[in-house]
Amino acid sequence: MEKALERFYSVFAEWGVPSIVPQLIVMLVVVSVVILFISVSVMFMIWWERKISAHIQVRYGPMRVGGWHGWAQSIADGIKLLLKEDIIPAGADKLVFALAPMVVFAAALAAYVIIPFGPNLIVRDLNIGVLFYISISSLTVVGIIMAGWSSNNKYSVLGALRSAAQAVSYEVPLVVSVLGVIMTVGSLSMIQIVEAQKRIWFVIPQFFGFLIYLTAAIAECNRLPFDIPEAESELVAGFHVEYSGMRFAIFFLAEYANMFTVSAIATALFLGGWHGPLLPPWLWFLIKTYCIIFVMMWLRWTLARLRVDQLMNLGWKVLLPLAFLNMGITGLILVIHG
Amino acid sequence: MIPPETEIIERTQETMEEMYVNMGPQHPSTHGVLRLMLRLDGEVVTEVTTYIGYLHRCHEKIGENRTYIQIIPYTDRLDYLASMYNNFGYVLAVERLMGLQVPERAEYMRVILAELQRIASHLIWMGTFGLDLGNFTIFMYCFREREKILDLFESVSGQRLNYAFYRIGGMPMDLPQTFLTDCKAFLEWFKPRLPEYDAVMTDNVIFQKRVQGLGKLDQKIAIDYAISGPMLRGSGMKWDLRRNDPYSIYDRFEFDIPVGTAGDVWDRYMVRRLEMAESVKIVEQALRDLPPGEIMGKVPKKLKPPVGDIYSRVESPRGELGFYIVSDGSEKPYRYKVRSPAFVNLSVLPEIGPGHLIADMVAILGSIDIVLGEVDR
Repeated sequence: MEKALERFYSVFAEWGVPSIVPQLIVMLVVVSVVILFISVSVMFMIWWERKISAHIQVRYGPMRVGGWHGWAQSIADGIKLLLKEDIIPAGADKLVFALAPMVVFAAALAAYVIIPFGPNLIVRDLNIGVLFYISISSLTVVGIIMAGWSSNNKYSVLGALRSAAQAVSYEVPLVVSVLGVIMTVGSLSMIQIVEAQKRIWFVIPQFFGFLIYLTAAIAECNRLPFDIPEAESELVAGFHVEYSGMRFAIFFLAEYANMFTVSAIATALFLGGWHGPLLPPWLWFLIKTYCIIFVMMWLRWTLARLRVDQLMNLGWKVLLPLAFLNMGITGLILVIHG
Repeated sequence: MIPPETEIIERTQETMEEMYVNMGPQHPSTHGVLRLMLRLDGEVVTEVTTYIGYLHRCHEKIGENRTYIQIIPYTDRLDYLASMYNNFGYVLAVERLMGLQVPERAEYMRVILAELQRIASHLIWMGTFGLDLGNFTIFMYCFREREKILDLFESVSGQRLNYAFYRIGGMPMDLPQTFLTDCKAFLEWFKPRLPEYDAVMTDNVIFQKRVQGLGKLDQKIAIDYAISGPMLRGSGMKWDLRRNDPYSIYDRFEFDIPVGTAGDVWDRYMVRRLEMAESVKIVEQALRDLPPGEIMGKVPKKLKPPVGDIYSRVESPRGELGFYIVSDGSEKPYRYKVRSPAFVNLSVLPEIGPGHLIADMVAILGSIDIVLGEVDR
């Protein structure tokens, strides 16, 4: 991989083209691949969620489009959203309104940089991988607040404020829950963290860390039972009330892309990443990730929604102390074992 | 009366921390076209004002221009989730006014259908209440069972929602031959479903934490506001017209009246949840005792009730459904008034709503169980 890249660069160097050109080409290819992957996987996840929810609710879900179990439903929906009229409310702040979905999607996209699909299948193995993910995922809130504020709608503002409060409260336990793993490995690099799980997955020594991470991650994705930013029975749709057509589709895409990201990070940090017998590494990684996604969907369709204050209490009074406890115990054990 | 918009704007400007939010008439959890004006301090509701009338269709005035029989289909549209019960209440009022006797078999049929309707209505309530709280799955479960009840009703009356099936003096058609077996099969199938709902809703800790202690309705306030039905029983008052003012043949059946203690949303939920099981009991007893015989009593060709008035009430799934009819001896009522439980129950919302978060507001509104067709007649 590395060598091929060097060859590619050297060819351009021989022709006397400035080195920025091949670098841009490589970047463009990588970004296209990532976006393609996101689109396909999100479309699959939407279809999958509709199927799962349908079967939980004694229904079939989409059955018509595309023939077999309505597999093309998401594609049809995507095309429909693309073709819709682009509506900007009269009272909206047009620039911010247009920017908001892009900010949200950019944050979701950037997080894919550090997802290790396989030993060599990673966009860039940053030495601050986990930190990068955490900081990038916080950017989503900025987009959501922009969307809520610029829509000029009271429901959107309420949704955006709730979202900000929720993201801030749950990022703290999320970070602390991950610390246990980082302390054990002694590195923030995703590749090294996965390599360290060759013998034993961190879900066993870091079980509580895993649970806390999963809870906080679901809250990060604004999914039930933590979906109060867009609680449809209260706020109609929360921050994206006024969005429709393509802009709404981008929000939707980002939401599911985020879901994939948090699950992929959970896989890398706790479930041994690509490690597994027989099957190729990337397949193992995807299987584990989709298992976590399945759990998230399962929870969504069986639980009720928490209230705002209950959500805050859970975040600050339960998850955070537990996460600190987990971190402390991990540290103690590390010190004792040297 | 809707206050002028300018007044609202002025009041908003006085305190910058407070915000007015218009909830409805198009809102997913106002259960139709109810409009709520919420004054919010942050997320806490400090004042609730209800605006109704979006579904007003002059029901009572139309009634004055129709003959007594022609009114029956109109009553279907009152509480469209419990049409059988509206028919029941109306024909009962006219029968009492005229002093008509209803054959035994017709009485049993009425009770069977009415109690099935109560189950169906409570099922819808439970499902939509789940939606209000973000629990989507219970909705589908409840609708699955309701669908079976509607199938039964369809086999009986040919209709699935607005039956217009009760007649003054009896019933228009006998039960179809398959009804007894179908209904028994349904009850056998339905009984194990109730624990299923418990697994999804009642026993769910998140759900319990959400609704317990919410929207407390004091018994005294409930009586002052003339609240009836599951809401009143949730506040600890054992008041059920089937028992306290028996009509039809309800005095022949054994059933319990579930009551709550605290009067919160949880109690109202539990009252309705337990009432479904009680209704199953009543239907079973009625099916067991169903006598053969006539289904239509002796009714004059032209219905001309004697001069006078009558107030007749039944316990609909939502509470005391009353019909007040004044007759001037002609074919049409001189005055026709409906006392709808949902309208009266809704009136207590400004009393119990304030002080809660928006999310709780939705749950409280859901626990009142309104049907807008009945609130605006």
